[in-house]
Formats: sequence, C-alpha cells, structure tokens
Amino acid sequence: MTMLNALAAISILYVFFLFAVAFFAERAARRGRGNWLHTPIIYTLSLSIYCTAWTFYGAVGSAARNGFEYLTIYLGPSLVLIGWWWVLRKLVRIGRSQRITSVADLISSRYGKSNLLGVGVTLLAVVGTTPYIALQLQSVVLSVEVFSGAPDGMANNQPTALWVAVGLAIFTVIFGTRNLDANERHHGVVMAIAVEAIVKLAALLAVGIFVVWGISGGVGPVLDRIDASALGRWEVQGGRWAGLLFLSAAAFLCLPRMFQVMVVENDNDAQLRMAAWAFPLYLMLMSLFILPIAVVGLDVLPEGSNPDLFVLTVPLAFGQDGLAMLSFLGGFSSATSMVIVAAIALSTMVSNHIVMPLWLRFNETRVSVSGDVRNVVLVSRRVSIAGVLALGYLYYAQSGGGAALATIGLVAFTGVAQVLPALLGGIFWRGATRAGAFAGLTVGFLVWLYTLYLPSFGSGAFVPESWLETGPFGVMWLNPQALFGITGIDPLLHAVLWSFFLNTIAFFGVSLASFPSPLERLQGAQFVNVQQATGPRSWSQSGAQAEDLMVMAQRILGAADAQALFLREARRQGLDGHLPMTSPEFLEVLERELAGSVGAATAHAMIGQIVGGMSISVADLMAVADETAQMMETSARLEAQSRELTRTAAQLRAANDKLTRLSVQKDAFLSQISHELRTPMTSIRAFSEILRDTDGITREEQNRYASIIHDEAIRLTRLLDDLLDLSVLENGQVSLNIGQGVLSDVLDRAVAAALAHGDEQVLMIHRHRSREEVILNTDTERLSQVFINLIANARKYCDAGRPELSIHVEQIAGSVNVDFVDNGSGVAPEAQDVIFEKFARVSDQKAGGAGLGLAICRQIVSRLGGEISYLPGRGGAAFRVSLPLNQALAAQ
Amino acid sequence: MSGAPQGSPLFVERQTYRRRRLVDAARALPVLGLLLWLLPLLWAVPEEGPSASTTMIYIFSIWLGLPIVSGALVFAMRRLREPAVGDDT
Repeated sequence: MTMLNALAAISILYVFFLFAVAFFAERAARRGRGNWLHTPIIYTLSLSIYCTAWTFYGAVGSAARNGFEYLTIYLGPSLVLIGWWWVLRKLVRIGRSQRITSVADLISSRYGKSNLLGVGVTLLAVVGTTPYIALQLQSVVLSVEVFSGAPDGMANNQPTALWVAVGLAIFTVIFGTRNLDANERHHGVVMAIAVEAIVKLAALLAVGIFVVWGISGGVGPVLDRIDASALGRWEVQGGRWAGLLFLSAAAFLCLPRMFQVMVVENDNDAQLRMAAWAFPLYLMLMSLFILPIAVVGLDVLPEGSNPDLFVLTVPLAFGQDGLAMLSFLGGFSSATSMVIVAAIALSTMVSNHIVMPLWLRFNETRVSVSGDVRNVVLVSRRVSIAGVLALGYLYYAQSGGGAALATIGLVAFTGVAQVLPALLGGIFWRGATRAGAFAGLTVGFLVWLYTLYLPSFGSGAFVPESWLETGPFGVMWLNPQALFGITGIDPLLHAVLWSFFLNTIAFFGVSLASFPSPLERLQGAQFVNVQQATGPRSWSQSGAQAEDLMVMAQRILGAADAQALFLREARRQGLDGHLPMTSPEFLEVLERELAGSVGAATAHAMIGQIVGGMSISVADLMAVADETAQMMETSARLEAQSRELTRTAAQLRAANDKLTRLSVQKDAFLSQISHELRTPMTSIRAFSEILRDTDGITREEQNRYASIIHDEAIRLTRLLDDLLDLSVLENGQVSLNIGQGVLSDVLDRAVAAALAHGDEQVLMIHRHRSREEVILNTDTERLSQVFINLIANARKYCDAGRPELSIHVEQIAGSVNVDFVDNGSGVAPEAQDVIFEKFARVSDQKAGGAGLGLAICRQIVSRLGGEISYLPGRGGAAFRVSLPLNQALAAQ
Repeated sequence: MSGAPQGSPLFVERQTYRRRRLVDAARALPVLGLLLWLLPLLWAVPEEGPSASTTMIYIFSIWLGLPIVSGALVFAMRRLREPAVGDDT
C-alpha cells in the first residue's frame, strides 16, 4: 500500500510539474519571449502523441501475441514523414495559409465551406476517438492496478478512471481554451507534450536497456533468446503487414489529434524539415526494445500474465521499483498527452461545426447586436472538452474495461482514416467535389460501421450471430465479414479493403458526375495550388458596415486584438480613422482571422450575415468577371486613345514643321514681292522722270522709254493679276466656263502659249498624240492655264543641258492622268510638300516668278474636280494632273 | 522552334538543377523505404521464414538509414538555397 501512496504522490507531483511547464511556456509566449517554443525540436517531440498508452503498453502485448506485426503501426508514419515532400508539406502550407483549425475544418473549407461535411467528419472523429480515450483511461487504471496488487477490482478502480478524466478535463480546459484563436497555438500544451514525449521515450528506453543488459546480458544473448522463443520466426501474414502499414500511414494523416499537432500547431516549414528525419528516429527508438521486452516477459513471468503490462511487470518482477515507477510515468504521459490533444482537437471540431452553427441559426439576427460570441465560443469549447472526456469515461465504464477495448485501437484507426480519400483528393485534385466527398465519407463510414465497428463488440452485441455465419436474412454476400461472398480474409483487412475501396470509388465517381459550386471551385483552386494562393477568397463586394463587423470581431477576437486588426487594416488602406473600408480584401483578412477562432464555415456564415451575401453566387462571380472585362476594355480603349494621341502629336509636329517652313517662305516671299514690285516701279519711275525732266529727247528715245515703262507696267499688272486670281480661287468666287474640249487641243494651245516668248532656252517636248484624243467636259481655258504654267516651269527650271519635257496621257478607271516629266534634277525632297503652297519658290537663284504659279494650278485643278501632285522618283521634276473622266463621259 | 512554354525555361542553371534532383530524391525515398520494408514478405516463400533476429536487424537498419538519408537531403536542400554555394562551375 505504501507503494501505491508513493505512486499517487509521484503522479500528483508529475502533474503539477506539467502544469508548471505549460504555465511558464504559456507566459513566455504571451510576453513575446517564446521563440524557443517554435523550435523544430519541440514540434518534432509534440508529434509523439502518436505513441499513446495503447502503443506504450499495447505494443509489447501485440508483439507477444503477433510477433512483428506491431512494427507496422510505426513504419507507416515513418514513411509518411520520410515522404514529407509529397503530402505533409502541402498539407501544412494549406493549414497555415487557410488558417485551418481541424481536419473537419480542412474538409469543410476545401469543399466550399460546407458545414454538412464538417459535421460528418466531426461525428466520424468523435465515434473514432471516444473508444480511444476510453482505452487511455483503461491503461492508467490497469497500470495502477499493477501497483495496488488487486487485479480484479473494477469497482475500486472506477474512481481512478473518473479522477484521471476529471483532472485531464481541467488541464485541457485551462491550457486548451486559453487562446481562442486556435492558430495562435497552444504553446503550453505543446510544451507539456514535448516534455511528456521525452519522459515516455526515456521510460521505454530505460526498461529496454534493463531488459537487454540487466536481465539478458547484452545484445547477442538477447537476440539468441528471441530466436529461441515462440516469436523466433519471421511469420507475418503478408496482407496484414501491408494493410496495417497503409492503415497506420493513413490514420497518421487523418487522426484529429495528429492533425492538431502536425498541421494546426505548425508554425513554419523548418519544423517539418526537422521532423522529416527526427520523428522516424524517435519512432524507431520507441519500438526498438519492444520485442526484447515481450520475449523476456513471456520467458520470466508466469503463464497467463497480461502481456500488455510487461513494461511494468517485468521491472517489478526483478524488484526494480524505481524503474517500474518511471515506466508508469511513461505510460501515464502517453495516456494523458493523447487525451489532452484529442480533447482539444475534438472540442474545436464540435464547437466550430456543431455548436456554433446551431447557435448562429437560433440567433440569426443577433450576431452583431447582442450575445457575446467570444463567450459562447469559449463556453462551447469547454463544454465540448468536458463532453468528450465524459463520453470517453462512459465508454470505458460501459465496456467494462475488458479485452474488447484492446482491439479497438485498429478499429478506430480504420474509422478515422475514412477521411483520407476526401483529404488527399481535396489537396491534389481540383475535380473533387463536395458531393463526391460526402458520398465517399458516407459509404466509407457505413461500410466500416457494418463490417468492423459493430462486429467488434462481439457477435451478438449489435450484429446477430447468424449474420456472421450465413449473412443477414440468409443473404450470404452481405455477411459483414465476407462481403460479396469473398471469405477467408482477415476481418480487419477485409474491412480496410472494402471500406477504402468503396469509399474511393464513391468519392471519385460522384466527383466526376457532379458539378461543383463556384465557391467550391475557388476553394479547390486555392487548396490545390496553395503555392500561388493568396488566401480564402470569397467577398466580391459588400454593403457591410465596418462598425458592425468591429462589434462582432471584438466579441470573437477580444477587444484589443480586434481593434489592433482594424487599425492595421485602416492604415494599410491609407485611412486615418480606426475603421477600414469594407473592401473585399479586408473582409478576406477578417474572415481568415475569425476562421482561426471559429472555423472557416462559421466565420464565413457570420460575416455573411452582416455583409448580406451568405456566400459567393454565380451572379457575384459574373459581376467580378464583368468588372474584369470592363477594366480590360477600358484599358484597351485607353491604349487605343493613347496610340491615337501619339499619332496626332506626330501629325501636329509635322504640321508645325510645315507651318514654320511656310512662315519662313512667306517672309522670304514678302521681301521677294517687294523686290518684284520695286524693280518695275523703279524702272517706271526712272524712265518717267527722264521723260519729264530731260529736254531734247529724240522721238526714238521717247518711244523706247515709253515702251519700257509700258512693259514694266504689264509685268506689274501680271503679278497683281496672279495675286488676285489666287485670292479669287481660294475664296471660291471663281466662275467656271464648263464646256467640251479635246485634251490634245488644250495641250496644243498650252504648248504654243508657253513656248511663245521662247528666248531663254529651247525645250524639247515629247507627246503621244494618239493618247491625247480624250474628250473633256471642263473649263478648257483654266485647264490650259494650268498646263501653261507647268510647261513654263519646266522651261524655266529644268537644269539639264538639253532640256526635254515628256507629256504622257493615261486613262485609268474613270480618270485621266496627264504627266509632265522633264529630265532635270527635280525638286528636292524637303521642298516637295511645299511647292504647291502659296509663295513657295523652289530655288532662289532662278527668280522667275513670285511662287504663285503652282498654288494657282492646285486651286484650279481642285475646282475642276481633279488633283495635281508631284511624282517623286521619276528622273526629274514630274507633275501629274489627274482629272475625272466621268464628267467627260456623261457629257458625251 | 519554341519547345518550352513561356516563363519556364527548358534548361535551368546548375544550382536549380541540383535542387530539383534533391527534391526528386526526397520524393523517391519513401517509395524506396516501402519496397524495402515489404521485401521480408518474400523471404517466407521458400520454406519457413528466416530468424526473428535477422529480420529485426534488417528492418531496424533501414529504419536508421532512411532518416539519415532524409536528414542529409534536408540539409543539402537548405545549403543549396543559400546563395553563392555550390557555384563552382
């Protein structure tokens, strides 16, 4: 009895020690000195809650009964961690970016924030975990029994289980619901678990070392002893070996408590990188001495002793009370850490997916008006924790703590692992839909229930014995342990095979056949492409009042945190006040923060109530798409405008250049015209003065001077005529004498007129008369004026040694072109676009005219409905007069 | 002639290439481990299975080897991520 008292004292001390560890870790984290709490080693150790009392005690029992099979339970998780690059890395990143709070939250969030799926996974988790918690309580009770020496005292030990359950509930409530935001992480709990991980490893290693070196006398002898024992042969069923390997790997990913420590408590990738190699080593050390302990236990302990307790009874049999005590603490640690984390994980799920949605439904209008959501969440978490532990205790009390519990471990694994297809499908396959996930989960759960869970209570308990013999109602292929008439498979393997097979088929098939909602598709893209993802996207627009959101956020996050968040967001938006605008980005941030506290589906629903749109609809998506399309259109239009502006600017620049040149020409012309006017005026004045003042002028001289005056006056008149002509033409006041004429006649007249006073140069003119027989309906007088001007220009400006002019006439599609091409050097390129302007003069050195000729020509031709242009690159100066022919034809 | 899609070059520089091969190794490692751990199932085929101690040594040797290789890969990946390391061409 003193032994029992010492045990009680040490246990209580140990529990206080754990409380202290959790408390100080929590305080350090709150004061911002908790960087060491994020170290990868703590994370790796916290993963050790995978090793529960079931494995601490049960592994030796399993080894004693089934040999090597116990190893599969550790080999599967080792492979999962070795292969971290495949699944865990992605899972952990999704967990961080989407602020996932539990495995139910992950499934719910991935499949369009569906609460139905959340509830389903939660129920599955509760059903699968409750027996497991009962198993932990049983292990503590059994181990206490070993020390009390009263094996069959179930009645005495009920209180032990109750007190353990109550104590664990208190610990979990204190440290598990301290932070409402699950993503702020439970530093205290994680730290306590890390300490417990060390204790249980040390305990198991100590017992193992004692067995190997203390009892057997070294490694060699112990190996001989194993070979000589009943377990001395490698005899495992291949199917079970492979099946359990797969099952344990699957369960490792899906167990709520594993998800909690692995994904929810994860802080950075570095933690996972260390766990990738360190945790398999931990598992290896945990299982290293199992077989030796089992063999030695079978050897030295009396026939019929419970192999599940060899870890305790072997040291006790050799009088090592201290070692046994350490071993007890190891088992105690395994049991308590599992229960604590499982309770936290389950309570989060129950609270977020069952309690909160119900509460919201009954308080639909009061989210922001009344009711302290924060308190509701906390209370619901605490009640859930108590409820989960109460369930576990009741299960233990009802089951009577018999052997039935010992087999429940793998049964629970199989049940919880039914989430695997929906989980992996969700993070790797965008085509996975909510309907598919729901179908898969339902089918898997039902098959598991029917083939494994219900029969596990023993034939006759839930499943009538006859069903296992001949199938229900004599239908053999519905036999729970031989579905479709396939008999002879191990019952566990049978259940694993069929449940996963049918689960996956249903999940895949229904996913293929169904069509996901817009929100599902968005979430799917975010989960599968987590590397590029920004966060849970949902809010397209809002009429939400920032103040309402503030009121709600304060109730969930706490006043200080909520205010800090709103202030930060307001600053980010560049606002001065305390309330940010309810932009979609802000709503996303807020939803993610809230999701950390109450789960994605609930957060979405709560914001939805305030904002108005419960979830994103196709109309919203269309609006977003429209907006995008509009923006693209606007930008395209802007681009086009900017291109046009560039073009216009270029044109303006060209016009400006031209204007500048014209202005220069005008100045030049003014001086030129002054000169032109002055020269005849000077002669006229001079000769008229001579005539007036000089006496004795001969008649001959008189005549000569008078004719000079006359000539100069004519020149002046011509110049003024030109100017007048141009001004009339430009103002459109000219009247045309439209009449019929033949082009060759017009040309004949023009050539004759142009070469009439041919005293300067001889110009050779080449013509093709046959082509010139074109009848024109036009003002032939004006037209010949144009031709005269062009021919006279050629005569004046052609700088060839033997100036020649070719006149080509060509009829093209309703118009006739008359080209005047000489053999000179032509017009310089820079002058080509101004020669038709008024006052333009091609060269200064041959100042023949006032530079009005071509301008007049252009005006005339355009009056006649044609155009005149300069043809570059024709060997000399080349002008084309193009006249419409239809007028001519119409006139015929 | 454009074989590679835009934005992802067909050939990458030496360091990136090395890192990708490390990832390949990290991906292949669990497959290797699984095959090695399933291998004992074949041993039992001829007559009765091999001795327990042999199997135990075999399984635990792999169990020690896999984490060591995994750790080495993690270490190598982190070293490659730092700039100017392994830039020896």
